[in-house]
Amino acid sequence: MSTPDDKQPVKKMSIIVSRGSLDGIYPALIMANGARMEGIEASLFFTFFGLNALANKTLDHLKVSTVGNAALNMAMPMLGLPITMPFPTVMGAIPGVSAFATHLMNKEMEKLAIPPVREFLELISDSGGKIFACKLAMDMFKLKKEDLMDRVDDVLTVGQFYEESAGVGTHILFT
Amino acid sequence: MKKTIAGTEIDVNEEGYLADATQWNEAIAAAIATEEGIGALTDAHMKVVIYLREQQAKGASLTIRSMGKSGVVTTKELYDLFPGGPLKKSSKIAGIPKPVGCI
Repeated sequence: MSTPDDKQPVKKMSIIVSRGSLDGIYPALIMANGARMEGIEASLFFTFFGLNALANKTLDHLKVSTVGNAALNMAMPMLGLPITMPFPTVMGAIPGVSAFATHLMNKEMEKLAIPPVREFLELISDSGGKIFACKLAMDMFKLKKEDLMDRVDDVLTVGQFYEESAGVGTHILFT
Repeated sequence: MKKTIAGTEIDVNEEGYLADATQWNEAIAAAIATEEGIGALTDAHMKVVIYLREQQAKGASLTIRSMGKSGVVTTKELYDLFPGGPLKKSSKIAGIPKPVGCI
C-alpha cells in the first residue's frame, strides 16, 4: 500500500482492556490480532475486570452481559429476531439467560473462525503481540502472576505501560 | 493490469496480487518475495506457499488461525518467515488473492 508523506502509518497499537464480559474483551483481541496480521506491533494491557480474560479461573467461562446492556437486542445473541427489538434487562437477570446468550454467541463466533479467548491470547502471543496485566488491578483483586494464564508477559504499573507504548506511530486505545 | 515479473507478463491487481493463479510459477514467487523484502525463498517458505495454493484451489478460507493449525507451519514460524504481514505476503508470493478475513 502506498503511504503519502502526510499519512503516517500506524506502527503500534497499545490496547487497554478494562471490561470483563465476553463482548467487552473480544473487540480488543480482534483488533490486536488484526494489527499483527498487518505487521503492526500490538500490546494488550488488561486492567480492572479485563483481568477476567487473563485469570485462569475465569478466562474460559466469560459471559455476554445481558443485564444493564442497553445495546443488547434480540438479534444480537443470534435469536433471529429483529435488531430493533430490545433485549429486556429483566429477562437478562433470569438465571441461565446470560449463559444461553453466551452459548449462542460462542457458536456464531466459531462459525466465523474466531477462536475462544485462551486460544486467541495464545495466537496473539505467538504472533509477537504482548500481553500485560495491570499491577494496581491485580492488587485490588488479590491476584498473583501465577493466577494468570502462562502467556502474560509481565505485570506493569500504569507508568510502565506508557513507557512500553513509547514511540512515533503508537496509538493507545481504551476499550 | 499487466506487470512483467521474472521476465513474464502477468495479470495483477492494483496491489500486485496475481489476478490468475494459474500464471504463477516459482520464478514469479521468487521475484515477488524479493520485492516484498522477504529475500530468498527457502524450503520452509515454499511449503507454506504450496499449502496456500492447495487450500485456495479447494476454496478454503485462509486465516492465521487455520494456518497455525495446518501442521505445515506454526503461527510463530509463519510470522518469522514472512515478517510484516504474514498472510498477506505469503498469499501474494503464492499468487493467490489477498486474504479478506479479519482473523
